[in-house]
Amino acid sequence: MSVAHTSRPAEERRFSLLSLFEAMATPHQLDRYLELVTPMVTVRDLRAEVVEVRRSTADTVTLTLRPTRQWRGFRAGQFVQVGVVIDGVRHTRCYSPANAQASTDGLVELTVKAHPEGLVSQYLHAHASPGLVLDLSQAAGEFTLPSPRPRRLLLVSGGSGITPVLSMLRTLVDEQHFGSITFLHYAYTENDVAYLDELRALAAANANVSLVLAYTDQETGGHLHGFFGQEHLDAVAPWYADAETFLCGPPGLMRGVREVYRELGIEDRLHTEEFAPAAAPAEGEAGGAVSFTASGVTADNSGKTLLEQAEAAGLHPEYGCRMGICFSCTTVKKSGCTKNVRTGDTDTDPDKAIQLCVSVPVGDVALDI
Amino acid sequence: MFGLSLSFLPFVDGSDGSRNDAPVVLSHDQVEEIGRELDALRDRTVADLGAEDREYIYKIIKAQRGFEVAGRGLMYLGFFPPAWIAGVGALGVSKILDNMEIGHNVMHGQYDWMREPGLNSRVFEWDTVCPADQWKHSHNYMHHTYTNILGRDRDIGYGILRIDEAQKWNPYYLGNPVYAFFLMMLFEWGVMMHDLEAENVIQGKRKWHDVKPLLKGWWRKAGRQVLKDYVIFPALTGPLFVPTLLGNVTANLIRNVWAYSIIFCGHFPTGVQSFTEDETAEETRGEWYVRQMLGSANIEGSPLFHIMSGNLSHQIEHHLFPDLPAHRYPEMAPVVKALCEKHGLPYNTGGFFKQIGSVWAKIFTFALPPGLVSSDTPPGVIVERQKSAA
Repeated sequence: MSVAHTSRPAEERRFSLLSLFEAMATPHQLDRYLELVTPMVTVRDLRAEVVEVRRSTADTVTLTLRPTRQWRGFRAGQFVQVGVVIDGVRHTRCYSPANAQASTDGLVELTVKAHPEGLVSQYLHAHASPGLVLDLSQAAGEFTLPSPRPRRLLLVSGGSGITPVLSMLRTLVDEQHFGSITFLHYAYTENDVAYLDELRALAAANANVSLVLAYTDQETGGHLHGFFGQEHLDAVAPWYADAETFLCGPPGLMRGVREVYRELGIEDRLHTEEFAPAAAPAEGEAGGAVSFTASGVTADNSGKTLLEQAEAAGLHPEYGCRMGICFSCTTVKKSGCTKNVRTGDTDTDPDKAIQLCVSVPVGDVALDI
Repeated sequence: MFGLSLSFLPFVDGSDGSRNDAPVVLSHDQVEEIGRELDALRDRTVADLGAEDREYIYKIIKAQRGFEVAGRGLMYLGFFPPAWIAGVGALGVSKILDNMEIGHNVMHGQYDWMREPGLNSRVFEWDTVCPADQWKHSHNYMHHTYTNILGRDRDIGYGILRIDEAQKWNPYYLGNPVYAFFLMMLFEWGVMMHDLEAENVIQGKRKWHDVKPLLKGWWRKAGRQVLKDYVIFPALTGPLFVPTLLGNVTANLIRNVWAYSIIFCGHFPTGVQSFTEDETAEETRGEWYVRQMLGSANIEGSPLFHIMSGNLSHQIEHHLFPDLPAHRYPEMAPVVKALCEKHGLPYNTGGFFKQIGSVWAKIFTFALPPGLVSSDTPPGVIVERQKSAA
């Protein structure tokens, strides 16, 4: 994490003064002192303060964050990692900002759906209030709009997958993009649509934006009903082959859209972002032992991901998204073969950094934990 | 001093559990029961970790940073002796807290469960010249795995001293008290050099290839520490350069003497057992626990004393549960002590002066050839070991 600095004399002076302060604080970082006084004044660390909290549907909460000056902004579709302390433990999760990327106020808007078993989402839904300071990472991810912008765009989302795609829509509207944009969103019922008013207002105010709401559990209202199929595509975007499609949603929707695009032979026009955890490999494949060399612990390979196996062995490796996105759990594999459950790739290189949350051992594996 | 021994020794019968008359004999089943009870204690404590533990360590960190800032600030009044003394005291306290209740414990992974990047054992550095990664190897791995096993635990004598009867005497050890004194005064440098295994380098057992990365680590870590304490902060006080320099040297000295004393009280007072490699081969978890209990010693004191010693005054509990937050040891200690009493095991504890006095007595005694000093080794504990057929 380096601080950007230019060659201007004032910056150089500031930087050398900073190095002096850092030398005075050695071996600790300056932020380890500053955070004890006020967490929002940082030298290196990026954090964010919650400035507004809205609870729009029964189970979603929208947080507006004001990041510290290290924030380098984001591109629509990217994600950030947010860290929050719950009962003494800092938990990190990935969320996609929902606001337009060029917003001049420098704020970040996150919408979090409180999953029944989601520790962080439940906590934020119940307890987030203005003044709460969160850890924040710089934005990352390749799910972004190309430049120049495509002439025709189909944005497809389902449930809480709406946020990166909504960010794209808001960004395009902000940029006064003239191309036609169709926003197709899937929800159980109308009551489950986060941002319903905003979506309607955006569609009403911009002739090139058409909003299509599809309900899977509601047979009236909206524009479409049931799950995604080619008939939906034909109905809302008959020009799909001539457009770029951006998709984010639950696994079922992702699968459905991918299949249709594959059959149509236009997979290269489909851009996706996974938001569901990787499925665990089938039972019965497990074999060998996993050794955690730094802790001196060895356990039989249970066939689960290495992150789950490490936790089952009583270790506490760092992790973030638990789905292979954020690389928080990256650890050096000393030896053995691992299989990436997302890609199916196997890896036999020794001393290789692997992601624990999406890697399963194939036979004996040694990890530097 | 008796080590763990097989039960064919002659005094298996007739033990009444008294420490002074005959050795205590622990049956295999007793050892395994002790193991189960300690595992249960561990599980109860782990299940209870949470917000309070987080608040505790941050309270200590706040106090440490407060003492540090106060100490550095008071050096600007270094021309006024009471201010200089107060500054040195504050800085000494800051360094002791940093090294003991914070650094030592964080680097054991005691707070890894918080998943707080600033308190993670993999990345934490402490305010001493020894690089964290080297210390974690020599201490967390070598010392905590092979606690009090002669020839394996390099903390026995630190490669310099004769501190155990079983270390073979030679004339070099006539200087034992002198070496101990210098080790005490320069303790942070001794700790830094610990992972080098200097005697193995001299004897040619360690290659330059193994040593080079250690030296690089020293240059990086010790260089910054020296620059901070002996150049930058003195220079920042301008005309008071010399008083500030002397103040910082004194603060480091205070920390060294204190850390050395607490650490030597952990394993070297009278009554602590040492072991041989044969006795401890293929230990069960229960046997490992028993060795940790017999090889460690506690110091009694006030809550403040425990904090200032990084709770290493609960060395027995620390060696049983090195990765549990140290401020939990005081509440775990009565359970461990009761377990010892139940099985007739010694629970080596005493006031600071008693424990450190017996350490220095050993340092002087073991300087002399064994023929010149009478051996009054107390009876040890004999552990019956069953090599399980299964």
